[in-house]
Amino acid sequence: MLFLLAILVGVLYGAAVYLLLRRNIFKLILGLIFLGHATNLLLFVAGGLTSGRPAFLRGLQGEAAGMSDPLPQALILTAIVIGLGVTAFALTLVYRFYKVTKTVDFDQLSENE
Amino acid sequence: MLFMVVLMFTRQWLAFQQGFSIFASIMLTFVSFLILMDVQQNGILAIQPGSWDAPFGITLVADLFSAIMMLTTSFVAIIIMIYSPGFIDKERQTAGYYPLAFGLLMGVNGAFITGDLFNMYVWYEVMLTSSFVLIALGGSAEQLKGSIKYVTINFVASIFFVSAIGILYGQAGTLNMADLASKMRTWDDSTYINSALMLFFIAFSVKSALVPFFFWLPASYHTPPIAITALFAGTLTKVGVYTMFRFYSLFVVFDQQFWQIFILTLAGLTMFIGVLMAASQFDIRKILSFHIISQVGYMVMGLGIFTVSGIAGAIYFTVHNMLSKTNTFLAGGLVYQRSGSYDLKYLGGLYKASPFIALLFFVPAMSLAGIPPLPGFFGKFFLIKGGFEAHQYFITGVAILTGLFTLFSMVKIWNEAYWKKEPEGVKTDMKIHPSTSIATTLLAVAVILLGVFAGPVIDICMQAGEQIVNPQMYISAVLGK
Repeated sequence: MLFLLAILVGVLYGAAVYLLLRRNIFKLILGLIFLGHATNLLLFVAGGLTSGRPAFLRGLQGEAAGMSDPLPQALILTAIVIGLGVTAFALTLVYRFYKVTKTVDFDQLSENE
Repeated sequence: MLFMVVLMFTRQWLAFQQGFSIFASIMLTFVSFLILMDVQQNGILAIQPGSWDAPFGITLVADLFSAIMMLTTSFVAIIIMIYSPGFIDKERQTAGYYPLAFGLLMGVNGAFITGDLFNMYVWYEVMLTSSFVLIALGGSAEQLKGSIKYVTINFVASIFFVSAIGILYGQAGTLNMADLASKMRTWDDSTYINSALMLFFIAFSVKSALVPFFFWLPASYHTPPIAITALFAGTLTKVGVYTMFRFYSLFVVFDQQFWQIFILTLAGLTMFIGVLMAASQFDIRKILSFHIISQVGYMVMGLGIFTVSGIAGAIYFTVHNMLSKTNTFLAGGLVYQRSGSYDLKYLGGLYKASPFIALLFFVPAMSLAGIPPLPGFFGKFFLIKGGFEAHQYFITGVAILTGLFTLFSMVKIWNEAYWKKEPEGVKTDMKIHPSTSIATTLLAVAVILLGVFAGPVIDICMQAGEQIVNPQMYISAVLGK
């Protein structure tokens, strides 16, 4: 499970970086979303999975054995909410941008800067 | 103490009207001043809202450095609030400019006093989200373009920040900064700390626009109205610097040699590249934006030196920079109101038209360049003195050289906008809203006073520097040992 999640995080990061580097602004926003989710998953994994031995969780060994740590989940919840807000804002921004400039391609804009 | 902080935060949401926001920012300044006094007399203050004991609950900590930063921020806020009615157009003002500005200030102040990693992330987001909206407010094509860049880069930086928090939490099982710092001192494995620190470092150097992450700043800062830019310049980038100081002091326990050289190198590059790029620009706003970068380099240089006098110089310099930088931006706004342009090629003759406005620019500009009676001189003097004492000759040399270039580009604005004969068809007599000139004058007076009373201010900065250099004080204040 841990291994799978680690790979998933990696794939998400990779996809996000790829999308971020596109000229199309909408893809850029998608990249931001992926990046946000990759990080949430990273937090999740780093905070320790309940079943199985997480890689980073050396410091907690022996404490509160058998219970899953609620804090990472609280953190992720907060991060998701913040990510949602930022995404909503970014989408609105792109929409406004499209309405003003009639394009979603950054490169077409550079000449009339 | 708790009451004051709560007051500070709840108040800000109510600020919808111009008058009230001036009042609120004056209150904020007053409260920060009380906190500063309190901290200076009684040492570092820590409270636990939500009555969970540290290290479990969220902690708010105010040491001298954060108190100084809060006071300066809120003072800048007063000025901006007075300035804004005369500069920001009606549409923007009714579209929620004031609540957003206060949301930003809330985030900034929150980040200054929080003692908890994740809480700091949340404050960062509060601050950034408000700034996102502020920078996009108005919605011209250029502005939207700037804000898309700004949102993207800041979001990515936040992601770095959260990943680092995740890694550190997984390793240490705590988010309280003091607890984390004291735990780190007992470890013997530096792998996770260093990788997390590097992520932190990337996140904060993006936010404070250090080399090599500074390109977003000049690409977006010049797009919104200059009052907003001034607010950003005075507060936002400085939060990144503040956090870097805090984290360096608390968390760098391994490989200090490496970090010191690393930070000094980047600081030197930042200063130098920033000022060179500023020297080649012709738009007042862009010149000033590049100067932000260069001056962030100075602050980080103080951090890299990491002696009491180096840190004190950096803190003093930061305070001075927040005031002077905001002041130059506001003076730039006056130029715009007077002549209708930011481009130096289309400006001129303003000195003849209005010596007073020229003076308002002259004071902070010379202060930034480091001419003796003004605060910029003392800031640089202490940084350079600290550099020599720590035997960091190279970086000190770069700092001196950069000072020279700063002078050059300030003189350039001065010559082009104020001194040279006005080009054909340039207006120099457009009407200026009284509130903008009042605000700019107040700030210029503050800059001068900061220079005149440099002695006592430096003393406080020295104490703050000691607190930064000895993180044990911070740790024991929070954990109550």
